[in-house]
Amino acid sequence: MALKLPIYLDHNATTPVDQRVFDVMAPYFTEHYGNAASRNHPFGWAAEAGVENARRQISALIGAVPKDLVITSGATESDNLAIKGVAEMYRDNGNHIITCVSEHKAVVDPCKRLAEDGFEITWLTPDKFGRVTAQQVADAITDKTILISIMAANNEVGTINPVAEIGAVAREASVFFHTDATQAVGKIPINVDEMKIDLLSMSAHKLYGPKGVGALYVRRRNPRVRLRCQMDGGGHERGMRSGTLNVPGIVGLGEACSLAGADMAEDNQRIGALRDRLEAGVNAGLDYVTLNGDPDHRLAGTSNLSFAYVEGEALMMKIKDIAVSSGSACTSASLEPSYVLRSMGVTDELAHSSIRFSLGRQTTAEEIDYVIAQTIKAVKDLRELSPLYELAMEQKQ
Amino acid sequence: MAYSDKLMDHFSNPRNVGSLDKNADNVGTGIVGAPECGDVMKLQIEVDDDGQIVDAKFKTFGCGSAIAASSLATEWLKGKDLNEATDLKNTEIASELSLPPVKIHCSVLAEDAIHAAIQDWKRKNGK
Repeated sequence: MALKLPIYLDHNATTPVDQRVFDVMAPYFTEHYGNAASRNHPFGWAAEAGVENARRQISALIGAVPKDLVITSGATESDNLAIKGVAEMYRDNGNHIITCVSEHKAVVDPCKRLAEDGFEITWLTPDKFGRVTAQQVADAITDKTILISIMAANNEVGTINPVAEIGAVAREASVFFHTDATQAVGKIPINVDEMKIDLLSMSAHKLYGPKGVGALYVRRRNPRVRLRCQMDGGGHERGMRSGTLNVPGIVGLGEACSLAGADMAEDNQRIGALRDRLEAGVNAGLDYVTLNGDPDHRLAGTSNLSFAYVEGEALMMKIKDIAVSSGSACTSASLEPSYVLRSMGVTDELAHSSIRFSLGRQTTAEEIDYVIAQTIKAVKDLRELSPLYELAMEQKQ
Repeated sequence: MAYSDKLMDHFSNPRNVGSLDKNADNVGTGIVGAPECGDVMKLQIEVDDDGQIVDAKFKTFGCGSAIAASSLATEWLKGKDLNEATDLKNTEIASELSLPPVKIHCSVLAEDAIHAAIQDWKRKNGK
């Protein structure tokens, strides 16, 4: 079969909508177009039925009760609602929040905003693999702590945190535990009860659902979590998030969750094998390649590699038929390389040299073999251009 | 972001890649930038007895714009005398390659590398 270019290996940025998801969504645009809050006619009932079914599908994937879900526009809104919502509701109980420097900006920035408003934030530093330990969290808890926010899996390096252990620590101290599980939901088993998660953020478009829709799980019992809403209006979503529901999007999120739950083990095995093939192939053809992330506790589809002596954006330009992303500063407006890699102790030089390959459901072995060959050639070409490589080779002699 | 055809051409087919003998008296070497900043440019010129640049080579660790800027610089340097080379402005490089605003620093780095190479040659030759 002929290889189709370009190749998409940026699934941690977003995923295509699965055709099966799209098919289930379609009627909710043109046929069942009612407002799910319209209680007095069949159009509203059909929309509401679609939403309620989706809530069951979403909650089944994370071991939750359907009523515990607040539908949002995506993970950024979920993170904001969780963090600011708890902070504003429980301010009288304390002003201390624990999080980690390598969190997504959707967690980092709300915490910074709260710091401006008088909250104390403890910024934990991950280990060299990008992992936070439950002990670090336990050591940071004070009698003023009202929230712990630690991501389930990191978007840049794929490192999976010990969520259940952190949840146990939080519950023991009677502190709410929020996890940004945007990259984890549908990729690793999550159970909010077993892991003692009180709030969980997720997004549809990272698991083959549509963009612009997500959810926040908010525990209603043992303990009950209350939130100060961030969107005032018609009182939708138990008053925690006003606004007409995005019915097709929610139906899509539900179906995406259902498929992810059914296919998770198989997907992980196949994608993990392709990821290993990629890393083995690249390492066989090149030296001075380092893995960023946790070799053991890692999402199956994520491979973040640093190619020493080569700058990331230049490498991406060389492999232009392959869609990836880089921790190099040159890919962003700022001049700083990836703060996630820096927090793990990766040098700035190697952070500039990093490429994130993120594989997905449709990735094939043929694609991976092409990526291996192209990457090896591009890195070799750029090293021929690199004064740093020249210097390193001179010093080696 | 979309780059200009000229930039892509210099990036894909860089001119004058390589190294001259940095110990030779008629060679000036400029190395500017820092690995931790994501840009290191090494630019070398070979100057004849009349003060003409007869050869120029570069090696660059950096983004596509930095590689293209140094490639273009070496192309422009060849055949120029040292005064003309000193007058080369980063804005000319930026304009030729249509560098986007966030990449202007790549052309500044190229100008710095040219000046550093000329200074090195002058130091070696007591000028």
